[in-house]
Amino acid sequence: MLAWFANLPPLAQLQQIQLDAPTNILLGVVLALLGIAWFIGRILKRQPESAISPAVVRTFNLRIGSWWMIYVILIAGFKLGYLATVVFFFLVSFWALREFITMTPTRRGDHRALFWTFIAFTPLHYYFVWLGRDYYGVYTVMIPVYASLVIPARVAFSGDPKRFLERTAKIQAALLICVYALSHAPALLDLRLQDSTGRPWGRPTVQREADRLIFAQAQPSEPTGPPAKDSPKPAEPPKPAEQPKAPKLAPRPTPEVGPPGPPVVSAAGAELVRTGSNAGLLFYFILLVQLNDVFQYAWGIMLGKHVIAPQINASRTWEGFIGGCLSTMLLATLLVWVTPFQTWQGALMGLVISVAGFAGGMTMSAIKRERGVKDYGTLVQGHAGVLDRIDSLCFAAPVFFHLTRYFFTSIGG
Amino acid sequence: MKITVSILAGIAKLLSGATVRWIESQPDTCQRVYFANHTSHLDALVIWSSLPRAVREVTRPVAAKDYWSAGPIRRYIAQNFNAILIDRDEIKVHQSPVDLMIREIGSRYSLIVFPEGTRNTEEEMQEFKSGLYYLAKKRPDLELVPVYIDNLNRVLPRGEFLPVPLLSCITIGPPLWLEPKENKLLFLKRARDAVQRLKEQ
Repeated sequence: MLAWFANLPPLAQLQQIQLDAPTNILLGVVLALLGIAWFIGRILKRQPESAISPAVVRTFNLRIGSWWMIYVILIAGFKLGYLATVVFFFLVSFWALREFITMTPTRRGDHRALFWTFIAFTPLHYYFVWLGRDYYGVYTVMIPVYASLVIPARVAFSGDPKRFLERTAKIQAALLICVYALSHAPALLDLRLQDSTGRPWGRPTVQREADRLIFAQAQPSEPTGPPAKDSPKPAEPPKPAEQPKAPKLAPRPTPEVGPPGPPVVSAAGAELVRTGSNAGLLFYFILLVQLNDVFQYAWGIMLGKHVIAPQINASRTWEGFIGGCLSTMLLATLLVWVTPFQTWQGALMGLVISVAGFAGGMTMSAIKRERGVKDYGTLVQGHAGVLDRIDSLCFAAPVFFHLTRYFFTSIGG
Repeated sequence: MKITVSILAGIAKLLSGATVRWIESQPDTCQRVYFANHTSHLDALVIWSSLPRAVREVTRPVAAKDYWSAGPIRRYIAQNFNAILIDRDEIKVHQSPVDLMIREIGSRYSLIVFPEGTRNTEEEMQEFKSGLYYLAKKRPDLELVPVYIDNLNRVLPRGEFLPVPLLSCITIGPPLWLEPKENKLLFLKRARDAVQRLKEQ
């Protein structure tokens, strides 16, 4: 027990998140585009006589507004460090969970179970996410297994059998979607990534004593470390202060020229380390998910004829879905330079993100229809409706995380 | 003292996730009686916290003495929110609570009252007790402002002491007064309907 406490990482994990040059370029480009979009929104608002209906303009401006918020908070998180970013995602999850449970009718007997859901499981889960990749087993299992057992048990103890299974399922679904699924996005920050040829890429955020030992003594016995890590790496010192050197030491080779087969890392292994940053990958993911929503909406408006499930959502069409998939794949390919992916891998990731995001939107629409509300935002007036913004993110995050973890870290073999 | 109150109000607002809507009415420091449906122990605190600061300073919630003077924390909170504590057991014997309220507010303070008397466990609001009528009769100058509290009963239901931070909504409606020659039953029904109407808006 004591050893476990001793092994907890120090608060030095407040440390900076590394942002490499490509990531900074992408952040800058997005900032510029957001500025332009904001400006266009202003102009459209001033011209009520234009061809576009005022409702569309209002939706557009609201969307841009919420993107600005996401952008600013995310960048602030990156600048403040790893802990701040995880806390930011925790707050988003917490708020989404509030919206979800507020919308869902619960009974008196659910009160204590809800209390533990909010006060214990949500923060605890994010705590383990913050502890990083070594606790992958804990944060992957806790909510799907233990919360799923504790919640029905706690409800049962309250002694109200009415619609028991339905009530517990609602709480479990809320926790799974709002907290568990979304938390896979910040969990990306602590993966020890490599590209598909096995060359290390980027830098995991949590630097542990174990890492330092491995880097210093060149021991290959680390459980989660790649076999390629058996030589000291000057490019990955534990001190954040030395990080800016990394890009200079390691010129970034183009993705195509990577040597196939087992990685070749010599004493001069640093030369082969591709620069990159996990934060850039996280930003790439969020950007694709958000734009995928827009692509699907836009294609649906332009070409949409065949509605997929009119009773669930009358505006989601096959044309919008397919158009969105293709557009997102294209964008994912174009932006592949901030990721460890090769071009075709980026395209596939785009496809996966698009399909999962679409599934998320459909699922949340179904829940909303069942409750007879249009938006989570209008549920309680004046609230922004966090759940409306993150539904596709919640569904895409676990898929993207696991694909990345399996194929772009050493665990995939 | 004032800082603690602001912090307490902030916590109450954060915990209850309260949205405040003013419908056909404005915040004002004139003397008012805010009357609301009663669903949770948090009701008085959350309404009080939802008011703008200047209004808050001249508004006193009316609360049950047996609950709010039990234990140092509750007593501390009641004191900080400047609550008027009513002894529910001794109401009829010694003094009318309406007289006590009128004495306490003088010509400066507003009140937050819950005419249903006790917290409601059903979906439907209970009948209003007559206190509001006598208050209106003795002080016809007071504006009677209906308030509807939504979802707070799920944040802290009856018999629970740990709140679940869901989202709630406070709707404040247009003031009404006791009409001349309006009898007690009609007035109480009208007041109850005014609260009920805010639910649909």
